[in-house]
Amino acid sequence: MATEVLMPALSPTMEEGTLAKWLVREGDRVKSGQILAEIETDKATMEFEAVDEGVVGRILVAEGTAGVKVNTPIAVLVEEGETVSDAPAPVAAPVAAPVAVVESRSEARPTVAAVAAAAPVMAASGWPHTDLPEGPTRTMTVREALREAMAEEMRADPTVFLMGEEVGEYQGAYKISQGLLDEFGARRVVDTPITEMGFAGIGVGASWGGLKPIVEFMTFNFSMQAIDHIVNSAAKTLYMSGGQMGSPMVFRGPNGAAARVGAQHSQDFAAWYAAIPGLKVCMPYTAADAKGLLKTAIRDPNPVVFLENEILYGRSFEVPVDGDFTVPFGKASILRPGSDVTVVSFGIGCSHAMAAAEELAKEGISAEVVNLRTLRPIDYDTVLASVMKTNRCVTVEEGFPVGSIGDHLASTIMQRAFDHLDAPVVTCTGKDVPMPYAANLEKFALITPAEVVAAVKSVCYR
Amino acid sequence: MAKKPETRPNVSKEDLLKYYREMLLIRRFEEKAGQLYGMGLIGGFCHLYIGQEAVVVGLEAVAKAGDKRITSYRDHGHMLACGMDPKGVMAELTGRIGGYSKGKGGSMHMFSKEKHFYGGHGIVGAQVPLGAGLAFADKYLGNDNVTFTYFGDGAANQGQVYETYNMAELWDLPVIFVIENNQYAMGTSVKRSTKSTTLYGRGLAYGIPGEQVDGMDVLAVKAAGEKAVAHCRAGKGPYILEMMTYRYRGHSMSDPAKYRTREEVEKIKTEKDCIEHVRDLLTQGGLASDEELKAIDKEIKAIVNESAEFAKESPEPPLNELWTDIYA
Repeated sequence: MATEVLMPALSPTMEEGTLAKWLVREGDRVKSGQILAEIETDKATMEFEAVDEGVVGRILVAEGTAGVKVNTPIAVLVEEGETVSDAPAPVAAPVAAPVAVVESRSEARPTVAAVAAAAPVMAASGWPHTDLPEGPTRTMTVREALREAMAEEMRADPTVFLMGEEVGEYQGAYKISQGLLDEFGARRVVDTPITEMGFAGIGVGASWGGLKPIVEFMTFNFSMQAIDHIVNSAAKTLYMSGGQMGSPMVFRGPNGAAARVGAQHSQDFAAWYAAIPGLKVCMPYTAADAKGLLKTAIRDPNPVVFLENEILYGRSFEVPVDGDFTVPFGKASILRPGSDVTVVSFGIGCSHAMAAAEELAKEGISAEVVNLRTLRPIDYDTVLASVMKTNRCVTVEEGFPVGSIGDHLASTIMQRAFDHLDAPVVTCTGKDVPMPYAANLEKFALITPAEVVAAVKSVCYR
Repeated sequence: MAKKPETRPNVSKEDLLKYYREMLLIRRFEEKAGQLYGMGLIGGFCHLYIGQEAVVVGLEAVAKAGDKRITSYRDHGHMLACGMDPKGVMAELTGRIGGYSKGKGGSMHMFSKEKHFYGGHGIVGAQVPLGAGLAFADKYLGNDNVTFTYFGDGAANQGQVYETYNMAELWDLPVIFVIENNQYAMGTSVKRSTKSTTLYGRGLAYGIPGEQVDGMDVLAVKAAGEKAVAHCRAGKGPYILEMMTYRYRGHSMSDPAKYRTREEVEKIKTEKDCIEHVRDLLTQGGLASDEELKAIDKEIKAIVNESAEFAKESPEPPLNELWTDIYA
């Protein structure tokens, strides 16, 4: 009886991976627990073990193949004595051409076509991107963009250093800091124990002592352990010292829902941090946002909360080649111009907003998608100008509904552009529940493009 | 607490007079602050340092230029001891523009970048990792400065203290953890909050050496401080000094201090007072006459009165100060 060996999911957000290396050959006898192959996810290279005993009857996906979808059959195990021809005919594996999308090798830049084939979700490169400066661009993932921003700023300023859990020798829990230890050494890429409150406080103290720390939280869920230092120590000291000393530093890491990790590891803190005077808050969507905003954040003399997104890490966008490219704070970008409705979002919400806009276009509704990029300061002018043009507004975010960024925008628009509104502002948010684990419930809890489409139709009275 | 030394310690007249003067300044300043609070000129929380003066004065005696200090909300003494201007401190207490934070910080939140005083922190225990962070910066920058990180016996039960111990020792940070054990965390005595009442000993679990010191004896404090500073400057990592001390006043101005007896307080005042101790050393050793000491008392009184006058006369911050210093 032949058994199919399927491409495994090796991280919560993995949808596909690279079959880096086979460690067995056709005809080899394998035992349960034996390592069959090395599989590269977007985070790490993992060893993949056999579950069943048997003989490798056929290898279906050649090593070096990228973009192998989870659950694709990659090999067939047969029983002793059984021949390969007895095994069921292998299904042709739906894989992309073997392009080396290996992030650690910066010289092996994937082509746009290869990335498009590999990326399951639409990249922004095909959309109007009115905020990018003139000049050449290259395609890179959000992950590469963040890494490059840190590396460039660390090269430029010897007082910039990175600290956090697994940032050094492990090369980053999400591979954001991969290679930085090799380049900058353990003095500047500091592995900490699992002790968020302690190292956040040490980071703030170091910023007062003349350094520019980048404090990485493995995820922002763990920043709850450290929020006292972010809010009470970092954000308020400039004010409480009458302007004598501030906290030039960045707190960064993934924020928002990942995939199937349950309530304690899936939540968006954008509105929480955006409520605090003294902090600046960024939430990039594209790789260009990520790179340009992180460079600005590191240079900024204030404490910056920099909210990344695990699901966006592997997505690719166009980023200016210019090493001096930065994105200013408080400047939204128009991801897609439109005339019927303004859809305001930030972070991964932009992905849903853009997908909805595509859908709406098919029905003759022209949506203008505004990407806030920073939540403190917020670019009210761009939002208000767009709403005054379209007369309708829908906000999109992943966070909880009460006290959301959308609530704040709705109130601002009501107060400053009331006469321009043809419909109430509708706020699309995550549901008002802890994130469930079950796949169907999780999907239901999160904001979807379909909900954005429905909201837009409601404000357009369609 | 140790008894007063029987023999005359090996210390110069100048040094003793200096400690006397500095401790007296703190005491008179705090008494005046208490008065101004009673008059309604100081608002909110106001935590007086009276009784504990020997701790900061003894440790400042071993500090050198560039060394840093950070403490809790009971911070007036630390500021005066490191040379901050009493006028600026008192005017901050009254919430005036002439205060160190332009009236925007208050009693608990004052800073002086010039004097390397990094606050003044209102969250119990938060200053401990912050202090270690200052030390992290000094080590990173390659100088031999140390950071005095003060906290009380109450803060010693906060988890972040132990997170910090762990990293400070792991990374050999030049930080001196000074536990000012005044025996009461607000109204809770050490005995009622922990069974491991030898607080410095908790550092041993992380490999940090430390010792208990008679915090009412400025000379004992200075001697222990010298040892700790030498350890830190030599790159050997952190050191813990548990200063056994006592506050004479309540936790804050609004604390009736019913959790201890009047006799307990009086006994310490009579037998252990840090200023009387130095005064005795000066007079009994024939190092200073009553007239000399009276002249110092008068001089200190004048400085404190001047600071109070300044704090009353300095205007309130203009309303536009509400909006400044939020972002650099």
